[in-house]
Amino acid sequence: MTASEQRKKRIERSITVRSRSIYALSSWREMTFLLLPRAALVASLCILPLVLGMYWQRVFCAAAIYAMLALAFDFLAQFVGLVCLGLSMFIGLGGYISGGLNHYWGWPIWLSIPAASLAGAVLGTLALVPCLRLRGVYFAIISFMLPLFLVSLIIATSILGSTEGISSLDNLPNIWIEQYLIIGALLLVLFGFRRLVTEDFGVILQGIKDNDQAVKASGIDITAYRIKAVFLAACIGSFCGAYLSHLYGWLGLSMFAMDFSILPIAATVMGGMGTLAGPVIGAFILTPLSEGLRGFGQLRVVLYSLLLLGFILYKPEGILNYLERKYFQFERWEKV
Amino acid sequence: MEIIIYGAVNSMVFMLVASGFALVYGVSRIPNFAHGAIYVLVGFLAWSFLNDLKLPYALAILLSLLVSALLGVLIYRFVLMRLRGMPTSEIIASFAVSLVILEGLRLQGIAGFKGFIGPFYSLPPFLDAKVKIAGVFLDWQRLFILGLGSLVLLAIYLFTHYSKAGLKLRAIAQDEQAAMMLGINSDRAAMMSLALGSALAGTAAILILPLGNLAVEQGYHVLIRALAVCIVGGLGSWAGTIIASLVLGYSVILSTKLFGGVWESVVLVGTIIVILLLKPSGLMGKQKELEERV
Repeated sequence: MTASEQRKKRIERSITVRSRSIYALSSWREMTFLLLPRAALVASLCILPLVLGMYWQRVFCAAAIYAMLALAFDFLAQFVGLVCLGLSMFIGLGGYISGGLNHYWGWPIWLSIPAASLAGAVLGTLALVPCLRLRGVYFAIISFMLPLFLVSLIIATSILGSTEGISSLDNLPNIWIEQYLIIGALLLVLFGFRRLVTEDFGVILQGIKDNDQAVKASGIDITAYRIKAVFLAACIGSFCGAYLSHLYGWLGLSMFAMDFSILPIAATVMGGMGTLAGPVIGAFILTPLSEGLRGFGQLRVVLYSLLLLGFILYKPEGILNYLERKYFQFERWEKV
Repeated sequence: MEIIIYGAVNSMVFMLVASGFALVYGVSRIPNFAHGAIYVLVGFLAWSFLNDLKLPYALAILLSLLVSALLGVLIYRFVLMRLRGMPTSEIIASFAVSLVILEGLRLQGIAGFKGFIGPFYSLPPFLDAKVKIAGVFLDWQRLFILGLGSLVLLAIYLFTHYSKAGLKLRAIAQDEQAAMMLGINSDRAAMMSLALGSALAGTAAILILPLGNLAVEQGYHVLIRALAVCIVGGLGSWAGTIIASLVLGYSVILSTKLFGGVWESVVLVGTIIVILLLKPSGLMGKQKELEERV
């Protein structure tokens, strides 16, 4: 018997089926089965800061930022159908607004970060509105151009510290607040998005992605929905930027760097597009990896891009979908 | 007078840069974000052939153009072909290819590779001299851009209108399914478009780069120019590409004259936003209007 006469059969585990409906509530076993992966993620995120050393705690914060950006990218790409190649624009907007408010007007951190999240989201959305009326690649192109445009705008007008950047911003009070603030935000965004995409709002966005004409024919203003979705993503990105500028107490043109655009995309593709939790896992794998390669400079961007290409070509389902399959199903070989 | 002549040269620069991107997008509907990367790569290849291998200039140019066309084929065959029909993945993949090439050129210390960093890379002009036309001094390289650029455009026109391969490309661009029913291989056409598009990017690089220094950042700037021309003119429209390059070429020259060169990208993005607000499918984007507007 040769291998070609066999096929792999995948069958749902019985506990998967039993825990699918409301009856899961009737047994501890089924509830544990459902809660375990979620609890494991939340618990490991909450415990990690306690066991890491000083240096890796900073890396952890950066990883959480990338995870949030990856969530924003995944949400836009898979649930709204907009591929954003310029996530660094949101980072830059948030960082510069928050840093500027803090530096020039002396706003305290707890005021400047929320203000920058909102203002950055408004500006970012306004910049992207012209191409939201169009289908196709316009969004990707414009979002790719905008960060580069903002960099040359800052250099041309030599405002906000120009090429030097601004240093000595207020820092967050201590390392614990730094870490748990970003973890809290990350979990909020993760579970918030997971909830959102199953609500009416998310269903309409999915509809717009799959068939915009049909949604429009139902009397729904699709541009308005897209604007809301972009606003959400921009708000998350700007928050990350504002947080980042206060984390390092410094802001500069490197906030518009390609790293912030490509790493979240690589994390998303690696973790599994459209799973929302996958991008978080991807970001927490990729960021420490890139930290280990810090000495190699630009090699990091090349490495992310190569990883991204490898995953998108040879393992497009990503890590999380693979794990999910192993968790919910079992496989066996079967004679044809 | 100066503005008219330099504007014409600048418009031709825009047109050369954008034509490859427009060709690829028109035929295969793939936004080739690696366009700028190929442009820079060809520049560095020509430089290496010239200075490291000591080849004659003409041979170096020819070789690097061949390599660029080959690269286009490889990118399509091994990356994009597997992702056809998945727009998200196509965009991400071509963006990743672009970053691999561009940032890879900056790598240092691997296998004795020094990395192309710093201001000492530039291609020599074809003919180092100046002429005076209508009271304006113009170097020969800019004349070459005007002349050879027009020749390239003419060649594209003749190729797509009178040769069988070119007609196939246009058929795929107009209606892919109908073209496939008539026995035109869509993958082969797309591969050819990428080869041609990359060779066009290479031609642009060879013609334009002698005007200044060679740097990795130019990959992004060139890509922005190409994208700006294509959006303003209407994605996938040839007449639009030509008109848009004239509009952008002259407005950039005017703004440089009035305010200084750093404002170029402001002008580009500003024009794009105005166009998207007033006429979203571009100046000449009639044909694809229904497809792109929601």
